[in-house]
Amino acid sequence: MKNSADVVIIGGGISGCCIAYNLAKKGVKNVVVLDKSYICSGSTGACGAGVRMQWGTEMNCRIAKHSINFYEHANETLEYEGDVEFKQKGYLLIADTDKEIEQFKKNIEVQHKCGIPSRMVSLEEAKEIVPHLNTSILKGAAFCEKDGFLNPFLTTDAFYRAAKKLGATFYTFTEATGIKVENGKVKGVQTNKGFISTDIVVNAANGWSKEICAMAGIDIPVYSERHQILVTEPVEPMQDPMVMSFGLNLYVQQSPHGSFIMGRGDPNEPHDLRITSSWHFLEEMAKTIDKVLPAIGRLRVIRQWAGLYNMTPDRQPIYDKSAEAEGFYMAIGYSGHGFMFGPVTGTVISEMILGETPTIDVSVLNLARFKEGKLFLEPSVV
Amino acid sequence: MENTIVCRCSDVTLKQVRDLIAQGYVTFDEIKRITRIGMGPCQGKTCGQIVQREIAMAIGQKMSDVEFQTNRPPVVGVRLELIAKEARRNEEQR
Repeated sequence: MKNSADVVIIGGGISGCCIAYNLAKKGVKNVVVLDKSYICSGSTGACGAGVRMQWGTEMNCRIAKHSINFYEHANETLEYEGDVEFKQKGYLLIADTDKEIEQFKKNIEVQHKCGIPSRMVSLEEAKEIVPHLNTSILKGAAFCEKDGFLNPFLTTDAFYRAAKKLGATFYTFTEATGIKVENGKVKGVQTNKGFISTDIVVNAANGWSKEICAMAGIDIPVYSERHQILVTEPVEPMQDPMVMSFGLNLYVQQSPHGSFIMGRGDPNEPHDLRITSSWHFLEEMAKTIDKVLPAIGRLRVIRQWAGLYNMTPDRQPIYDKSAEAEGFYMAIGYSGHGFMFGPVTGTVISEMILGETPTIDVSVLNLARFKEGKLFLEPSVV
Repeated sequence: MENTIVCRCSDVTLKQVRDLIAQGYVTFDEIKRITRIGMGPCQGKTCGQIVQREIAMAIGQKMSDVEFQTNRPPVVGVRLELIAKEARRNEEQR
């Protein structure tokens, strides 16, 4: 193993791989990525795969729009031999209360300011877009045809391979166990396989971000919680867009190979690092899908799994460098949407490290906002 | 080898598996994430041991030391509407 690096990135998910790719592309020679398991083994590999621009805060809208623009050309840009399987068939957001319709209208105003082609749709049109939707329980819907979903494993693999080709080094099954900070400056990373001296460390560990920050003596107001998903047997194509509801608490998409993937949150979920499966989730998910999209209820569930959301107080990420430990960077706290923000994460963090003018000004997503009370609460998260 | 199907759920061939192992994807989970092997209705009950054996041979480990994917519920496919029906019945009885 190398004993020194220009930059050490902790975490080999979409964020870590994307940051490594951007740094290597900008000419940083000695980039090392550590993962305590294999590439894409954490939250990215367990996520719901959706990418949407229909957010409620301007910052989230702009980050998502930029990321989706990237994903549209990801295969060519990353010179990937495979296909990241971007299915851009939209997100249909459904609402069963008037209050939520009002929220959609407010969100759409923000989205239009950012040039996002979202719109309110009638229940009749919603039924045309998704024929098996039970509109009798709904009040209305919003739709953005440029939203969609793509394969998280292959997308991460595309960034990983591109970064490797540009000279980045990946150490899998290599766990960061400590971060050496001297006189307020990062000096290196201790791993279970040896010490790597470096002046720059990037925390891209999402679910374990708090633990990694603590290694550098930094306390951050985030927590992780389990979110569960299930998948059905594959069937013929019958649903184009992702269907999502904040009030009814669900998202469901039909993946390109035919299976339905669906998830929902649980307000009583404890804050910890478990990713076990629960029967309770299976029951709640089954009841929800049976009510909202009964045709999908006839399919067999073949597997359920779980991953970690890394939650911040305002449900927006932290993109920042530490004021306490010079050389320590944070790309964490995605609150469930780190995969869809991946391309922007890679761009803005690499620019921050190299002192370049940012492509998108993400300075409001600094760590100090929580102490200063300058929060921009994202209203639209499942 | 090109026509030998290892995974009948997702049509993955022996050649695909061996090519990935040669490229450094040497755990079941990594090969699964690229090819969808083990993600179908059988959940790796057919392909699992074949892939474990291929990895074991390639990296010189005992097959029993090559990890399989995490076993997750349900053990067999169950219709969602039946789970929903039972869940509602349980609630009414409570």
